[in-house]
Amino acid sequence: MRIWPVCFAALAAATAGTACRTAEPDQPPIIQPGAPGESSRVIAPPDAANPRRPADSAADVAFMQGMIGHHAQALEMTALLKVRTRSDDMKKLAQRIEVSQADEIRMMRDWLESRGAEAPGEHAHHGEGVTLMPGMLTPEEMSRLAAATGPAFDKLFLEYMISHHEGALVMVKKLFSTPGAAQDPDIYAFASDVDADQRMEIARMAAMLKELQK
Amino acid sequence: MKTVVTRMLCASAILVGVVAAGAQERPAAPPPGDPRVGLKAGFKNPGVAASNMELVKNLPKPPGFFDPKEPAGSETEPEKPEETEGAEKPAAPPAEKPAAKPPAGGKPAAKKPTAQRGSGLNFVNSDMAFRGNQLFIGNFSGFNIYDIANPAEAQLIASVICPGGQGDVSIRGNLLIMSVEQTRGRIDCGTSGVEDPVSRERFRGIRIFDITELKKPRQLAAVQTCRGSHTHTLVEDPDDKANIYVYGSGTGTPRPAEELAGCSAGKPEEDPNTALFSIDVIQIPLASPEKARIVSRPRIFADPATGAIAGLAKKGDHGPGTQTTSETNQCHDITVFPALGLAAGACSGNGILLDISDPVKPVRLDAASDKNFAYWHSATFNNDGTKVIFTDEWGGGTRPRCRATDLPEWGANAIFDIVDRKLQFRSYYKLPAPQTEVENCVAHNGSLVPVPGRDIMVQGWYQGGVSVFDFTDSAKPFEIAYFDRGPVDGKRLITAGQWSAYWYNGHIYGAEMARGLDIFRLKPSEHLSPNELEAARLVHYDAFNPQQQPLVTFPAGATVARAYLDQLMRNNAIQPDRAAAVKAALDSNDRAQLATLAAQLGQDAAAATGRDAARLKALAETLPAK
Repeated sequence: MRIWPVCFAALAAATAGTACRTAEPDQPPIIQPGAPGESSRVIAPPDAANPRRPADSAADVAFMQGMIGHHAQALEMTALLKVRTRSDDMKKLAQRIEVSQADEIRMMRDWLESRGAEAPGEHAHHGEGVTLMPGMLTPEEMSRLAAATGPAFDKLFLEYMISHHEGALVMVKKLFSTPGAAQDPDIYAFASDVDADQRMEIARMAAMLKELQK
Repeated sequence: MKTVVTRMLCASAILVGVVAAGAQERPAAPPPGDPRVGLKAGFKNPGVAASNMELVKNLPKPPGFFDPKEPAGSETEPEKPEETEGAEKPAAPPAEKPAAKPPAGGKPAAKKPTAQRGSGLNFVNSDMAFRGNQLFIGNFSGFNIYDIANPAEAQLIASVICPGGQGDVSIRGNLLIMSVEQTRGRIDCGTSGVEDPVSRERFRGIRIFDITELKKPRQLAAVQTCRGSHTHTLVEDPDDKANIYVYGSGTGTPRPAEELAGCSAGKPEEDPNTALFSIDVIQIPLASPEKARIVSRPRIFADPATGAIAGLAKKGDHGPGTQTTSETNQCHDITVFPALGLAAGACSGNGILLDISDPVKPVRLDAASDKNFAYWHSATFNNDGTKVIFTDEWGGGTRPRCRATDLPEWGANAIFDIVDRKLQFRSYYKLPAPQTEVENCVAHNGSLVPVPGRDIMVQGWYQGGVSVFDFTDSAKPFEIAYFDRGPVDGKRLITAGQWSAYWYNGHIYGAEMARGLDIFRLKPSEHLSPNELEAARLVHYDAFNPQQQPLVTFPAGATVARAYLDQLMRNNAIQPDRAAAVKAALDSNDRAQLATLAAQLGQDAAAATGRDAARLKALAETLPAK
């Protein structure tokens, strides 16, 4: 506990990162194994904590930028739901989508800004000539949803949100099949989470839709 | 706004109700001024709040497991070095809200980065395994081996670099098994990633290392799987001593057949060989581990009546708004309890109970769904196998989901009783102290604290810290101890916190994703007597993989007897004169008197009911009468 913080501070300051190792010859080794059956070798800290990460691919950046608009439209839809529906289950569904996706927009924005990449505004997808991401509602569909009321609204909302979510799955699939994409563990984790979470919500909404149609 | 207020009122009403109806073991609700609220931010010197447990050792992550320019994983606000960890009081106002308001529309301009891009999840710690005096902590970039013979003086033995995440580890003898899921994973443990979407250099699956030489582990085998391995669980077959088995749970997108033959992401109705809707069962021959291979991919979600692979449809339908279709195509994590032949699978949309009498062919016994659960994440049985706790990893673990505005039944534990091998929901347990929006927080990994006569679990909640809670009454869980640090940074969420917190041979070990290894001691309190704690410390594991749950047996003797006696007295479930007599006989070690008392307690037990009857019986059997 006493030695380490000193070591730690020294390390943080030293670009070479070998201050501790030099000072303490008994420093535990860092091993890099080889492929199965191959021998292992001892490496130095700078080789281990290689800050050179695979570059963010253009696909990673485009995925995050596109997903902000995609999420932003989901929030517009849930905002409508709050004043249109009478169903508690629908309100709870909207609340979950809202909490999750508003927070994810913050995360995506932070990710983009920390890389100096463009972080689209939440209304950027309304612009002239903007290409909508898969599953997003056209302005006409959005108007149709805004005009609906009562059970007809609930039904339309579920149908639209299911295809909206399915669009997110398409975006994830495209990301993972793009050369060089999703090497960054944060992008990998986020895209995997979007896939898992939205699949579950699709299942939930499909069940709710089925109930409505009874 | 109205809905939120209503729900918060509801939540308070429930809390009040629980307290009023609570048994003696149940304490008052957490005080309104919970010291975990408003802790000072900081990577190295955050504010700390602790109750009934103390940090005895922190070992920051070793060189090689952080970028020296950004040890926290990302750029942080400057910290004042003179302040030391351990301040029990909040030292700063709650963290400011992050991020300025974004532009309302139009075409944004590319800007200078607002912060270093950081190493993010590159070097974060993950799950742990134990063997003798050694602790193995997985990391998204490899694993570290620690000597914990003396926990207060724990030391690093060696570090192993082999990126691919999540790096969950298990131990069996001299074999260390590790999960790899990311597309950057390489067969040769290299750090350069694999950019081509189809590559023979990529590795996703289960790695097996030989750790005979702790300072020079070797990779023995690497079993490729279609979806990689997000987590895994070791299983042993009592009838097959030559092999061990691994349940590999993959949650990633199946890779193309061009990269790994036979892999398919097809819909089950179109492709009966789809990699979806299964787990991987890998056999490791102990005499020749390098020959490890997949021996089955059981269809544990299949409908036994129709044979449909995506068979959880219509099962476990808990009413409108719950899941009734078959999107459950993966398990996130499986916990086996070999002594009972049971496994609990936390499988995205469902919690399932499996009969694993034949580990290669697990058979589903039941499936639960829950409309408050976003993602079924992990499972822990109680020691009798009569209860199981499932966690909901809403937000995936990297996002803040313990804010005051997040519903207490979302991102929480769900506690089930197991009745006739079926799951019956009893209650939720969520970290009682709200966290900020710059702290990733949700229910995560934990293990039992082996106190005889009670069900107690210790659990990591990421930046929500560690929470120890009692669920002896599965309908009324309550917290008995905690440890929490302030956020790594006051303005930006930097992913950190307790990935897992496990009890092992008398201490609690926490794998802090960014801040390294934490070792804690529980302290006696009004919720946990010195005798109960001492009895827990008697329990010794030779090795421990938390997803491979051992049946704990308590040694008969005075310590365990005193623990039961404390519980019976706390619950007013023993006559005061009987309790006094037992205590006196234990103190004087009067064997004849203890034998007489044992017989009387046996009769008391016959007349009592429920948990206390079991405690009376256990006390009678535990008294050192012979």
